[in-house]
Amino acid sequence: MSGLPATPASSVPVLALGDVLLVTLQGELHDGTAEQLQDHITHRIAHHPVPVGGVVIDISGVEIVDSFLGRILAEIAANARLLATRTVVAGMRPAVAITLVELGLTLPGLVTALDVDRALSLLGRAPSAAAPAHPEGDA
Amino acid sequence: MHAPPAPTARLPIASDADLAWVRQQVRRAAADLGFGLVQQTKLVTAASELARNTLVHGGGGHVEMTVLEEGACRGLRLSFVDTGPGIRDVELAMTDGYTTGGGLGMGLSGAKRLVQEFALDSRPGEGTNVTVTDWVSGVPSPRTGAP
Repeated sequence: MSGLPATPASSVPVLALGDVLLVTLQGELHDGTAEQLQDHITHRIAHHPVPVGGVVIDISGVEIVDSFLGRILAEIAANARLLATRTVVAGMRPAVAITLVELGLTLPGLVTALDVDRALSLLGRAPSAAAPAHPEGDA
Repeated sequence: MHAPPAPTARLPIASDADLAWVRQQVRRAAADLGFGLVQQTKLVTAASELARNTLVHGGGGHVEMTVLEEGACRGLRLSFVDTGPGIRDVELAMTDGYTTGGGLGMGLSGAKRLVQEFALDSRPGEGTNVTVTDWVSGVPSPRTGAP
């Protein structure tokens, strides 16, 4: 038997970078996990101790976006917008963009950025100050 | 005359996890055959749409993956099979935006645009079989065919 997926279904961590929620999607995302994520982000926005200044969803590690995941991304953004929060989807791979357009899914309501730094800039946050991945160093 | 090639793999489609497994296996087979990244991504995305249809509308089923060789041409054929209720109006089901499953209605029509060959056979009450085929660097897509 070799029917088990290499990557098990697991929940996606939602990190707080200052007042921005950063979600990094990677590899295989099961439908159920994506639906849980949608629910989780929406509740985090509604119940966050300080107002959430924006949501950044990094999909640079995602190899395919089908109509299901595309719909989830659009719905997360729509939910957030109704809760007075902006969402930026960052890092879509070129092959994914080409495929989505051909699929007929151009997701016009979705704000995108080429990477997380630019997504943070779009939300009016200073990338270098907020991103913990950058090595510390004084100018 | 030669016998049709035997399926290389038969994967069940009965759960979320199976959809992920199908995507991984199609990706691996396409990469092994030498499909370019964009073509791989399109084929895996089409497979994801069709496998989800098999699961959601067909009540589950399986996909048969077959590696094809015709002369110098190599390709991958995916056959999605279910024994669900079938599609009553195929033309309507192939329309962009038409949905009975709460999705965006891009599954069938979108998947057709992502592959080179697409065949749908459905009988009400008996089930649905959708077969798609992609060739490595082979057939140009119709809209880019003109010089």
